[in-house]
Amino acid sequence: MILNIALILGFQLTGEVLARALALPVPGPVIGMALLLTGFLIRPKLAERVLPTSQGLLKHLSLLFVPAGVGVISHAEALGQSGPALLAALVGSTVLALAAGALTFVGLARLTGNGGKDSA
Amino acid sequence: MTEFPEIWSYLREGPLLWLTATLVAYLLGDAAYRASGQNPVVNPVLVAMLVLAGVLWATATPYATYFEGAQFVHFMLGPATVALAGPLYANLHHVRRALLPMAGALIVGSVTAVASALWIASALGIEGATLASIAPKSTTAPVAIGIAEQLGGLPTLTAALVILTGIIGAVVVTPLMNALRITDWRARGFAVGTAAHGIGTARAFQVNETAGAFAGIGMGLNALLTALIAPYVLGLFQ
Repeated sequence: MILNIALILGFQLTGEVLARALALPVPGPVIGMALLLTGFLIRPKLAERVLPTSQGLLKHLSLLFVPAGVGVISHAEALGQSGPALLAALVGSTVLALAAGALTFVGLARLTGNGGKDSA
Repeated sequence: MTEFPEIWSYLREGPLLWLTATLVAYLLGDAAYRASGQNPVVNPVLVAMLVLAGVLWATATPYATYFEGAQFVHFMLGPATVALAGPLYANLHHVRRALLPMAGALIVGSVTAVASALWIASALGIEGATLASIAPKSTTAPVAIGIAEQLGGLPTLTAALVILTGIIGAVVVTPLMNALRITDWRARGFAVGTAAHGIGTARAFQVNETAGAFAGIGMGLNALLTALIAPYVLGLFQ
């Protein structure tokens, strides 16, 4: 358990160092994720070890956004008078992006002949 | 016996109270979500943040004091992002077979997110720094803030728009996908990760593990792509 946490933090740390040292436009944890995935591919035993811990962390991923969410309400004045227009843009564009992304995925999956099997 | 106001002034300053409150508020949100028959509108994050904002307001507690306690939860976002490698690895056989659909959905979803947000906002009279702040709203917060700074936007406003986008995505994704009759978990997950980053990904994990894994990939790739395209798309609206 502790070893797994140390491993995950170690990969994050490496990611942060690389992101800063190479001035990459990607956040450190995302690089850490890519490195850990590479580690899993090289050593499948590592995956067996870490997988239960990663599932535990991700099971309540929603919880981790609560502090930042409270900040949004506390800083509601940041939206200012533009609030309604910004909200309309967010709702509209999120619906459009969701629909466009999912429809493109399904369309291309059908074209390349892997639409049926793992859809549920 | 110590008077209550003294105990309160002690609790209010330390991290214990607000860390506990964050967990309890989330449990309330989760219970409300279950009690509603898993209605996506009763999003646990949304419920928890409304409850906590109400408590902070009622007790006149500044957000900075709250965050002293809540930062321990907030910190876990980094390790959780690294942990996304787990479901990604477990779903690798799905991922290998879906490279082309993913590439297409990424480009279409990412461009639609940036362009339609800028288009609607500018049509409603938003301009300048405020308009630049909305461009990266579909990407994960740290990347969005970096992009906003590059574009001359307002980082605080971007952070708020990012969180709101995530909540909107998490709330609308299930009814929208059902209405569009999209049953492929890979497509549903990938789209919500691209359009609504980590909060959308958290929602996807709530529903289906494969959807969660694809959402995680969508979120990661969209962070990259938005950083590349946002300046050009914004240029069209300025």
